[in-house]
Amino acid sequence: MGSLIKKLTRSQLTIPLFALFLLVVYNLIRDPEFFSIAIATNNDGNTVLTGNLISILNGASAVAILSIGMTLITSSCKGQDISVAAVAAIAGSVFVSVLRSNEITIPVLLLAFLFSCVVSVLFSLFNGVLVAIFKIQPMIATLILFSAGRSIAYWINGGATPTVSSPLITSIGGFIPGIPIPTPIIIMVVFLILITLVLRLTNLGLYTQVVGINEGTAHLNGISPVWIKLTAFIISGVCVATAGCITVCRIGLINHETLLLDAEMDVILSVAIGGNALSGGKFNIYGSVIGAYIIQALTVTLYAMKVPSAAVKAYKAIVIIVIVVFSSPVVKDFVIRMYKKLFKKQPEDEVQAKAA
Amino acid sequence: MQNDIILSMRNISKSFPGVRALQNVGFTLRKGEIHALMGENGAGKSTLIKVLTGVYPKDSGQVFLNTDNSLKEINVKSPYEAQNLGISTVYQEITLCPNLTVAENMFIGRGSYQTVNWRIMKKKAAEILEKLNIPVRATQQLDTCSIAMQQMVAIARAVDMDCKVLILDEPTSSLDEQEVEKLFSLKRDLKSRGVGIIFITHFLEQVYEICDRITVLRNGELVGEYEIKDLPRVQLISKMMGKDLEDVSALQKRKPVGGETEGTPVYEAAGLSSIECSNAFDFKIGKGEVNGFTGLLGSGRSESVRAIFAADRITGGKIRINEKDVKIKKPKDAMKHGIGYLPEDRKRDGIVEDLSVRENIILALQVMKGFFRPFSRAEAEAFADEYIKLLGIKTPSMDTPIKSLSGGNQQKVILARWLLTNPQYLILDEPTRGIDVGTKVEIQKLVLKLAEKGVSITFISSEIEEMLRTCSRLIVMRDRKIVGELKGEEMTQDNIMHTIAGEAV
Repeated sequence: MGSLIKKLTRSQLTIPLFALFLLVVYNLIRDPEFFSIAIATNNDGNTVLTGNLISILNGASAVAILSIGMTLITSSCKGQDISVAAVAAIAGSVFVSVLRSNEITIPVLLLAFLFSCVVSVLFSLFNGVLVAIFKIQPMIATLILFSAGRSIAYWINGGATPTVSSPLITSIGGFIPGIPIPTPIIIMVVFLILITLVLRLTNLGLYTQVVGINEGTAHLNGISPVWIKLTAFIISGVCVATAGCITVCRIGLINHETLLLDAEMDVILSVAIGGNALSGGKFNIYGSVIGAYIIQALTVTLYAMKVPSAAVKAYKAIVIIVIVVFSSPVVKDFVIRMYKKLFKKQPEDEVQAKAA
Repeated sequence: MQNDIILSMRNISKSFPGVRALQNVGFTLRKGEIHALMGENGAGKSTLIKVLTGVYPKDSGQVFLNTDNSLKEINVKSPYEAQNLGISTVYQEITLCPNLTVAENMFIGRGSYQTVNWRIMKKKAAEILEKLNIPVRATQQLDTCSIAMQQMVAIARAVDMDCKVLILDEPTSSLDEQEVEKLFSLKRDLKSRGVGIIFITHFLEQVYEICDRITVLRNGELVGEYEIKDLPRVQLISKMMGKDLEDVSALQKRKPVGGETEGTPVYEAAGLSSIECSNAFDFKIGKGEVNGFTGLLGSGRSESVRAIFAADRITGGKIRINEKDVKIKKPKDAMKHGIGYLPEDRKRDGIVEDLSVRENIILALQVMKGFFRPFSRAEAEAFADEYIKLLGIKTPSMDTPIKSLSGGNQQKVILARWLLTNPQYLILDEPTRGIDVGTKVEIQKLVLKLAEKGVSITFISSEIEEMLRTCSRLIVMRDRKIVGELKGEEMTQDNIMHTIAGEAV
């Protein structure tokens, strides 16, 4: 029991998982049917799963994918990339522009995605070079694309907000015929498996943390801080392109002004809720992903409670304050102290009980 | 007699999770005395000071402070409160603001939040600096002063706050001898003004030079309080270590055993220079040889060994390893050729504070093995376990973050990191700085043992005795240049001093 508590207080996943658990329990009490999954037939005639749970998982995919890249950047560069959503708009615009100049087939789709990946990685590398080589604070360095990104996206499609429609596009943004799970969820799972493999099969995790904690040590142990930071930005670039393309497929058009608008703040928040220090160093990718789902679950819950959409942000803020305060070290220490006070005497009691 | 005492701590106990840091410790400080608080790392010195200054709450015990010639019990809850009571602390690491002026640093965070009268502040600061004979200007930005001056400014700040008790926690560990001397004359001055000074240091010479009394702690318990004249050095060491006396004295008498340069040199550099070490130098080391760079702080000894490891950008030079030409442009190249480097500044360049002991141990070997070939958890644990046992690293577990270990144990972890890479040439820059006597002895023994096994070692230490004990050849540096080389019989403390000073013997 004691060691379990110790493990729980040490693991950074405890608070986010607990918050998620509370959200689930609260919803179940409020409406036992809340998480029930129904089988329905959608407009395209596919048999699909519907329900709040599916819409939470589906809705959070883009932010969850972005939070993977953001976690790596946060850990190694001790700062955040606030341009992710704007660069996603660029990536989405490139994606649409390639798609519209060709007939949409699977190879074209892949080519379009590849193009948007390359463009997004290049823009991300621009940020990376400013941060890693010129040592500009991440927030300032990425402020450039944060403000210019959507304008660049505007030029790519000549200021228009073109639509793309094809069964292929709907099967990426919605459902693949025959598979009842929304495709964005599948893509997210694939991404999570990929990043897990990368972290398992390489030293990316260790090197990133060493660079984030102590660059001097990293250098003297043969790790190049510049390369690790650039790697984080490259991976984030791929995440950004994926998130951008998924969102384009979901809504069927590119609107450079509104695509993933304000998502960067949700992404940064996911990283923070996941128990990762925004000042860099130790990280846990899964924490950030759970953070993204917490935010989405919260949004869906609030909508289900008929909170007016204008007020949702305020309610969200309140819950997030609670989560962030609870995961602060100050509260953690307090909980440990209280636990000790409450349970310290237990062994003596047991001894007495045995003696009696 | 009672009136002489300014501070009395009685039966202080303090526990941390799993550790009893202090057990019924008592400590008495008299007016106008310099009192050394000695003990190995983890003996409880820092904890005692932190209890006194209100950083940690004590579990039990009492603290009395002399106010108006009578001892009154105090219960300090924060360092701020301690300051107001006249207990000031100057830490090893400067805790001032480097980008403010000297005057601002002296008055920052004091008293009320009223508006500041800059003119009066500067004037007052200048007066205090003059009174204490500290040669800095009040309007100078703090980071333009040397470390020693910064430390003196910190002391001046403490003194001006009417301190009765001044705590100096390892103030001299980053100072050279002249600077230490300045600091000591300031301390003597304060002493004559009736301030009680608690002095924590690892340098025995300094204790005997300046202190009146010694309190020794060991494993959180009080060993005793002694008059300085009643306690010879060897006895002090044995009291601190609780180890048998012969062990220490045997090592002190030991003749250097490191091999000679004859035979094939393991490492050979010609005209090596880096951006930090602009004077190109030649250097070579033979198999199993232990040599050392000596000189005052800032003489360029660290910069030289950093150039060998390519820690700073290399600007020139030819390097041969085992008689083959090689290129060493960055630390990873050096590591590949079997060179290990334990840096001077453990905190800045050595440990990865938030990561576990295990991760810290395997780091260098892991980097050498490659980005795409991580060690499995089991392999990493086996390595960590082996070296924790081998070096006797005291840690609750291998998953404990390294930052919660004591300085000496952190140093052992870094040593373990390099030993694990099985180096043929190991550079140890101040491996014994800021760590306890017991670990110092262990590290010196380890150096000699490694040399016997054929590892070449370059050893740097501020303590010349330590160098004499371990090295068979000393390279003497002054003003960033190599000014001499001493071997065998020439290696005496006198000779070294003269070479450093640049005078004929």
